[in-house]
Amino acid sequence: MAAVCFMVTMVLYFVATMSFLAYLLRRSEALSNVSLAITAVGFISHTVGLVIRMVEVSSTVPPSFSDALSFFSWMIILVFVLVEFRHRIHVLGSFMVPLALVSLVSSAALPETVPTLQPVFKTLWFHVTLSMLGTVGFTVAFVAGVMYLIQDRLLKSKQFNVLYSKLPALDFLDHLNQQSIVLGFPLLTLGIVTGAISAEFARGSYVSWNPEQIWALVTWVFYFVVLLGRLTVGWRAKRAAYLTVIGFACVILTLVGVVLKET
Amino acid sequence: MHLIVVGLSHKTAPVEIRERLAVPESRLGEALTRLCSYSGIKEGILLSTCNRVEVYSVVDDVETGYGRIQEFLADTHLSLSSEQLTPHLYWHTGDRAIGHLFRVAASLDSMIIGESQILGQLKDAYEVALAHKTTGVIMNKVVKKAISVAKRVRTETKISEMAVSVSYAAVELAKKIFSDLHEKTVLLVGAGEMAKLATRHLIAHGVKHVRITTRTPQHAVDLASKFGGTAVPFDQFKDDMASADIVLVSTGAAHYLVGAEDVHRAVEERMNRPMFLIDISVPRNIDPAVRHVDNAFLFDIDDLKQRVEQNRAGRVQEAEKAERMVVEEVTTMLDWMKSLEVTPTIVALRSHVDDLKRAEVDKVLARLPHLSPQDRDLVEGLASSIANKLIHRTMVTLKAEVNSSSGPAFVEAARRFFSLDQPASPVQQIEPSRESLRYHPESAAESGAEDPVSETAVRKRAR
Repeated sequence: MAAVCFMVTMVLYFVATMSFLAYLLRRSEALSNVSLAITAVGFISHTVGLVIRMVEVSSTVPPSFSDALSFFSWMIILVFVLVEFRHRIHVLGSFMVPLALVSLVSSAALPETVPTLQPVFKTLWFHVTLSMLGTVGFTVAFVAGVMYLIQDRLLKSKQFNVLYSKLPALDFLDHLNQQSIVLGFPLLTLGIVTGAISAEFARGSYVSWNPEQIWALVTWVFYFVVLLGRLTVGWRAKRAAYLTVIGFACVILTLVGVVLKET
Repeated sequence: MHLIVVGLSHKTAPVEIRERLAVPESRLGEALTRLCSYSGIKEGILLSTCNRVEVYSVVDDVETGYGRIQEFLADTHLSLSSEQLTPHLYWHTGDRAIGHLFRVAASLDSMIIGESQILGQLKDAYEVALAHKTTGVIMNKVVKKAISVAKRVRTETKISEMAVSVSYAAVELAKKIFSDLHEKTVLLVGAGEMAKLATRHLIAHGVKHVRITTRTPQHAVDLASKFGGTAVPFDQFKDDMASADIVLVSTGAAHYLVGAEDVHRAVEERMNRPMFLIDISVPRNIDPAVRHVDNAFLFDIDDLKQRVEQNRAGRVQEAEKAERMVVEEVTTMLDWMKSLEVTPTIVALRSHVDDLKRAEVDKVLARLPHLSPQDRDLVEGLASSIANKLIHRTMVTLKAEVNSSSGPAFVEAARRFFSLDQPASPVQQIEPSRESLRYHPESAAESGAEDPVSETAVRKRAR
């Protein structure tokens, strides 16, 4: 049943992605509402699928990497809908929805047997959710960074095309970038801390230095430096955009690395 | 007498050429005097803006005139040779020259169709020409007409409502860098018209902090009070740049005022907050190398042009309406210019006087039926002789002044003294009755001097 829901969701996200990309390239604003509606329907079916899946495996924590990616995809759409609702930046959909689609497709491609975590953490839904929300924050920062770099390039090269007219102002993108990290970073921190504490309870040691943990720490340090740089020495605008793009690439590579190793 | 125009504009020449050819306001008078010192050039106006440099002139011979003006333009700037210049020039005469001026004035030829500054610039250019006495009857009339055509276009079409100017394009760009202009600071360097206009637009869009600097400190203070901003000493403005989110530069300086180093320092001081720099000056005042500074966005006048050209489509319809008006007005103008030729004026004057004489003679003879044929001839002879003597000097003068520079002025004067341009001549308006003759103010004003004299003279003779 859940699989059917995910299938439907995937098709809807695919259509929404196409529609959002078409929106990006056409002067008309008409497509944005259509794309949004398709995304919303997809999101509902996704939610239903996740709930059914949760009941099926009787766990609030994604039991496998595949489930985690599906959950991640759901959270991306959730955050997109929230930001869209707040700022009315339709063009964000042209970047976020494709990411959600990629995440969901990867989820479907992965075997459901690859475990996300050691069994100890099975019930630690807040550890998982917090860490993932932190990562979603970095995802939004990444998207804002990409949009910033595109707009920066268009302005610098004086290409006043459709993309230029659709993309929001530079300082808004920089602000979105900052806010995403400012929100994402504490969430990830909390996620790591709760994880460490429960590890201490379960195993008697905070850190077991497995690759996943090492990379989580590297990510944390990276974004800590990015945030610190912004607040102290003015790593904002273009530099911040570049850094968040690099940071996100690291996050993704880590995930891919972990998955490949596990499979 | 021919009206010609030779020039180049944003449509034919890049900013690199235009900035070299542009004549600063302070040197306009001298340039005009030099222009009119060329033989065969009777009248001249020099319109020099950042988007065009054009010479309108009244000349004896079109081809020679073209050559002279081209020579004049090439001499304006030492580093420009005639060969470099020629490919960018356009030449028009007659109806095309008039049409071009009308279109320029009505802002149909502007970078941004419908922008209003060009009219002010044309008026200024005309003022300078008037002050240096380089215009005559033809130029005065044509330029005044151009100004009225421009006003007509503005009131009768929606062109100025729909149009965005270069200064507005600057605001549009600012909004792609700053989503909210309310907390932003503008630094205005120099007091170019377009920059002032852009500042006004920015204030209208929420900008609260305006800082102004000009070479003349008092000017900056005046402007600051006008915009509700602060004046900054000119030699300190570079240090002040870091506090500005938007820097508008438009001065008459012939060199770069702001270098890449300055901007780099400012951006660093701003902790990489983006900076929007607009250079509306020609010659440019901000080093183009600023483009390579991260987080600084420099746009010069050609960039704004590019931005704005995309918005043109919507205005095409209004512009078409305006074009039709221009064609109409050019026709009236051409008719007037034709009327300035001496021969038709002499012919018109002759027939006007003959008509007047005929009417008066018929009127008198109708009331003197008892006259013998000899007396009737005498009356007629008297009328002819007075009429001929009255216009004799006028005719002679017109013929003598045919080739002088004041020729058109005499023709124009003659046409006005004798009301030659009015479709219905006073003769036809005068009813044969005495009552209407007395109460007709027009005839009293225009031919009154003759009428009572001739009438009393005739009456005396009749007794």
